Amino acid sequence: MTKAELIDNVAKKVDGLTRNQVDVLVGTVFNSIKDALAVGDKVEIRGFGSFRLRHRAAREGRNPKSGEVVRVPPKDVPFFKAGKELREMVDR
Amino acid sequence: MRKADIANLLYERHGIPKREATAIVELILDEIKDSLAAGEEVKIAGFGNFTVRDKTERKGRNPKTGEEIGITPRKVVTFRASPVFKQSVLASRG
Repeated sequence: MTKAELIDNVAKKVDGLTRNQVDVLVGTVFNSIKDALAVGDKVEIRGFGSFRLRHRAAREGRNPKSGEVVRVPPKDVPFFKAGKELREMVDR
Repeated sequence: MRKADIANLLYERHGIPKREATAIVELILDEIKDSLAAGEEVKIAGFGNFTVRDKTERKGRNPKTGEEIGITPRKVVTFRASPVFKQSVLASRG
């Protein structure tokens, strides 16, 4: 399922909103999750899962072309952990 | 942030009545869950992809007792954040 298909499916089930309006709402939902993590907050949705940041320590990498050692700085990356209900739905 | 906070944003930014906003957030989440439950990948442009992966059987150990146990094969959901998402975290967090 793509984002466009998700919007179609939701629009079919909601009364009184156009597809374009649903498009905007779906955009706000995903943007709000991105924005929360960008400021270091976490998002916890019961039954679905949680989005939080995982810290990646600094490490030494290598430029695969030149073989030169480069320092990769520490960073935070988005991480999703599926909630109990979703885990069970998927693993039947 | 929780589901109610997301619904509240739909109210504040788009004037969707709170009860309806909650229903819409739940519809979106249910669509994603049902799709994954059917084994289908969910690709949200600008956000990331949810995929169902098959894990094979492997041996594990009870960390308390040290006892060896079999971990049964299972399906798990993994999420890969899109480059845009990763960048938005890096840009503001360094």
